[in-house]
This record gives sequence, structure tokens and C-alpha cells, in this order.
Amino acid sequence: MPGQTLFQKLWDAHVVHVEADGTTLLYIDRHLVHEVTSPQAFEGLKLAHRTPRRADAAIAVPDHNVPTTDRSQGIADPISRLQVETLDANCAEFGITEFRMDDIRQGIVHVIGPEEGLTLPGMTVVCGDSHTSTHGAFGALAFGIGTSEVEHVLATQCLWQKPSKTMLVKVEGQLGRGVTAKDIALAIIGEIGTAGGTGYALEFGGAAIRALTMEGRMTLCNMAIEAGARAGMVAVDQTTIDYVKGRPYSPTGAAWDQAVAWWNTLHSDADAVFDRVVELDAAKIEPQVTWGTSPEMVTTINGRVPNPADAPSEIKRHDWTRALEYMGLAAGTPVAGIPVDKIFIGSCTNSRIEDLREAAGVAKGRKVASSVKLAMVVPGSGLVKQQAEAEGLDRIFVEAGFEWREPGCSMCLAMNADRLEPGERCASTSNRNFEGRQGQGGRTHLVSPAMAAAAACAGHFVDVRHF
Amino acid sequence: MQAFIVLDGLVVPLDRANVDTDAIIPKQFLKSIKRAGFGPNLFDEWRYLDHGEPGMDPATRQPNPDFVLNFPRYKGASVLLARDNFGCGSSREHAPWALEDYGIRAIIAPSFADIFYNNCFKNGILPIVLDATVVDRLFRECAADEGYRLAIDLDQQTVTTPGGEALGFDVDSGRKHRLLNGLDDIGLTLLQSDKIKAYEERRKVDAPWLFA
Repeated sequence: MPGQTLFQKLWDAHVVHVEADGTTLLYIDRHLVHEVTSPQAFEGLKLAHRTPRRADAAIAVPDHNVPTTDRSQGIADPISRLQVETLDANCAEFGITEFRMDDIRQGIVHVIGPEEGLTLPGMTVVCGDSHTSTHGAFGALAFGIGTSEVEHVLATQCLWQKPSKTMLVKVEGQLGRGVTAKDIALAIIGEIGTAGGTGYALEFGGAAIRALTMEGRMTLCNMAIEAGARAGMVAVDQTTIDYVKGRPYSPTGAAWDQAVAWWNTLHSDADAVFDRVVELDAAKIEPQVTWGTSPEMVTTINGRVPNPADAPSEIKRHDWTRALEYMGLAAGTPVAGIPVDKIFIGSCTNSRIEDLREAAGVAKGRKVASSVKLAMVVPGSGLVKQQAEAEGLDRIFVEAGFEWREPGCSMCLAMNADRLEPGERCASTSNRNFEGRQGQGGRTHLVSPAMAAAAACAGHFVDVRHF
Repeated sequence: MQAFIVLDGLVVPLDRANVDTDAIIPKQFLKSIKRAGFGPNLFDEWRYLDHGEPGMDPATRQPNPDFVLNFPRYKGASVLLARDNFGCGSSREHAPWALEDYGIRAIIAPSFADIFYNNCFKNGILPIVLDATVVDRLFRECAADEGYRLAIDLDQQTVTTPGGEALGFDVDSGRKHRLLNGLDDIGLTLLQSDKIKAYEERRKVDAPWLFA
């Protein structure tokens, strides 16, 4: 019998019950909750006179609606305010721990989970948010769910699931200088497409993945959903364990030793068989820039906007044509040199301390170009912000002309006041370049933090490796 | 949840691949704390020429005459014909809520994004996967034939064209059972409470830190 994949190990450890057709009741260890996808779930619980099975397994934080400017006056938009207040009230009523807007631990749900040790190896982690795949970086099975399932997990601590197919994405070799986990993620999506991972759980492996920090692994797993995969994961190694040790919610003492003994088994066996294997050479990956309205519409900084006439199918030709029209780009335009109006450094993809260090490293001693209307840095959490300030990163950004903001999801999806105006072009470290994602009519180009900072200072996209 | 048994519905074709949930229901409408009322804002940025915000009276909006949902011939459609990877992106269940509220009860596409596909079944919407070449043909037939309808039978797992051709489709047996009967998932799961409790007792020994 062949060995097991990491996915199979995680799955097997959480099986509560299996129906005749293979549908499995899977136990959920950690439930992350935010204000946008939970109000209707709590309402459903109340209507059915139910209570959470394990309030201690849930943790809540407001992130999508929160302002990134001065918060002392609360949230100006009454509809956003009501949604956050509803989360506060529901958590208070049901005894769920919440890091409220004025708590230093508040931040993007996918940043605070790992930061607090609420996300641990071997866990099943869910959240009413597609970017829950982020937590798979810890050797956890983590995936996004809808609001009906948020209610289901609150009521039962379980979910009905069928096993996914497994795909190993193997990235061997060494990344070049100035090339980051974000570039790996975009290169993979460029390779397999935005639906390439549909129905699969992705495992990222190979020397280039093992060399990544936890922040890098989180960036990579975060983007698994942009390849269509609900879950992305990386095997546990010493990097994982070193990151987890000493976090507020991490185990200690004998429980720590017991945990580490199990965590050290959380990797695919050498003879494990995957349904699909994709291989990339890290040394060949260049800084990536998206040019269209889907993350798969991506090329390198040295590439050009493609010609729809060269599209591989009629449907794609149609999509590319529409994307170029929306993006206001002509086929054949070199990517380096496309001017940008706004810069957004943040989001659950790229707002952790390492991301800010990378961006600050580029911004240091430079100025944001006068043609750029706004360059903003939004740390992923209050603690990331505090750490960055202790390292002086905020001063580097402010001196260069960036705005230094309060933590939240911000302009990744523009549910708060931070957004693009119609026609504005943005270099963004977020995860989705969909039409209207950052504001109606806004044009998003996805890049790494270093590339975003370089674009801010140049006023257009530029190869950070030679900047 | 409303059951889905059979449907004989007018078809509206949305000829675009990778339709994401941001397009199905834009973010500003996600601020609602309710489950209902999203229908008027389904595909808001494509459907209207003016910018939509929560609370606007749909009667005062400027419909985009070039968007397919606004074509008079598709008024009252309950079957959405779509392309590959429909419903990709965000996990927002507001997307199926908006489709359902608008009156869409079935979606036919060559492929769906996983989370969206799953969310449909929780809301009485049947997502049907048909082969890309078949979907292509349905698009052509729909364009050629005003008033084009499809008859869907979940129990038989068939989509029947006006010409009488029955196209089979696959659906997971558990999901089919729940949708046919409009069953509440949570109620079914709670029947397994003893097993959940037994799992937790085992797990408290094997992994006590998860219960600290």
C-alpha cells in the first residue's frame, strides 16, 4: 500500500462518521469568524433556538468593514457600523472571544489566526472566507465556507465533506533575488489556470517551498483559492514549529511535546501518490504582474500585454478582449512602463511583517512618484503594525510618501472607505484583480510587496531586481 | 430550504467564463445582516449604468440595455446558462442568495468553482455540470429560439431540451436527497451527536491542546 499524502493524514484524523456514499462528517478544530459572513448564521442559530457547540473553538474579529484611518470616532458608514456591532453583540451573547476594533490584536482574520497561535499544525480550520486556505501553510486542512456552513459549524462543530483530489505542486531550485512567494503563487496560477485546482487540495513542496518562511508559505497557500483549490498546504517542518512556539494560544509544557510529536508526522510520505503533479523551476520564476481581470491573466515584468488573437481558444479570446478593454490596455504593451495611479500594500496575502520589510527595503531613501495619487500601506494586524513601528518601517514609508494606516482588509475588496475610482490603475499586493474588486471601474494589477513599492517610486511598473 | 424537484424554466444565457462572485453580488451589498433582498443587486455593476449602493430604490436605477438580464425576452428566467468556472472567487453565500432572490433556480455550466457549487445546494439552487460542447450547443439554441426553455428533473437527473432530447447529469446522492426534500443539514447532523461526542472524547486524549 502506498504511503499517505498530507491531505489524507489530516482528513483521517478528523473523520467523525462516513455515510455509505463516502460523504464524511469532518470535525472542525478552529472556526474563524468575521463580520461579513456571520450575521445570518447567528440569526439562523437563534431562530432555531440553537447555541454553539464549542464557543471556545471559535474566534472572531472585524476586518472587512473597519476604517484604516483614525478609529477614535468609530465607523462613519452606518451600514458598516451595524455589521460590526452585530458581530460584537453575537459574540457577547454566545460567549465567543472577539478581538474588537480597539484591541491591539485586531487585524485581518487570516493574519491574526497564525499570529496568535490560534492556527496550529494538524488542525482543520474553517472561516466564512475563501482565503482561509492561508492557514494550510501550517500543515493544517483549511478552507473557506459559506454562511450556511458557518451556522452548521457553530451548531455542530462539524461539516459534511467529500475528500478532494490531491495535487502536488513541486517547486524545486532556488528563487532569484527579488523574487518572492507571491511571484511563485502567480506563476503557478499562470501555469495551471484559475480553475486548475478546482476539486483538488494543493500541497506545495520542493526545495523552494521548504526555503520559504512561514509568511511566504502563507502568501502561497492564500492564493491556492485563486487557482480554484479550496485548500492549499505545506508540510510541517522546523520552520513551522519554530514559528508556532511561544504564541499566546500555542500549547505549552507536556502538551507542547505531545503536539510536536504528532506535528512532525504531518508531511506526505515519500511514496505517497497524488492525483496530479505539477513541477516548476524556482530559478526560472521572474517577478509577476497581472495584466487582466483574472489572476491567471499574468505575465512577467519583462513580458507584454498579450494579443487576444493569440488566445488558445475562442472563449479565451473573448475573455482577453474584454479584459483588455476593461483594463484600458493595448495588446503588445510592455508591462514595465505601465503607469499606476494608486498603490495598495496590504491584504491577507501580503500584509505581514516580512511583506512590509520587503516593501520598506525598496522604499527606503526613495520618494513616491509625483504622478501617484495615493500609496498606502495597511498592516495585517495591530501587532504587525506595532512590530513594524518598532523596526522603524513606518518612518521609512512615511518619509517616502506612503500613508501608514490602521489594520484591516481595506482596498483588497474596498468594503470600507478605501477604494479605486473608475479608471484608476493600482499596483496591489492583494489577491484578486476581478472587475470592480477594488472599486467599480478600478483596474488592479497584482504584484509582490517589493514590486508594488518599486512601482510607487517609479510611477510605473519596473523590475525590482534592477531598481 | 425550499426543495428542488422539477423545473420548466425560461433560460437566460450569460456568455462569459470565470464569472466571479464579486460580479454576481458586489461588495457594498455584503454589508447587509439579512439573508433576503439581494435580487435587485444581482450582477449590479453589469446590470445598471449607475453605481449601486445599498438602500437604493431599484425603480430609480438606470438599467444597462446591453446586459443580457435586461433583455425583455429573458424576463422571468429561472435557468441560468453559464460558462466555465462559474462562481469563482469569494465564498460569499450572498451570491446564491442574490440568484435565488432574483428567481434563478438552476444553473447550467461546464464547471463551477467549488465553494459556490456547494453554497447553491444550501439554498435550493441546482447547479448542473454538462459537457462544454453540450453547453455550447445550448447557447446556440437559446440564441436562436426566443422563449427557449429547459425542463429539469432532479430525481431523473435530466435536462430536457424543447426538441425532447434528455441530457443526463451527475449529482452527489446525499446532496440530491437533501435538495429533493428541502432538508436542513444541521438537523441531519445533530442525529450524529453521539458520534461527535465520542470523537471529541477520543480527541481530548490524543490532542488535548485542542480543547485547552
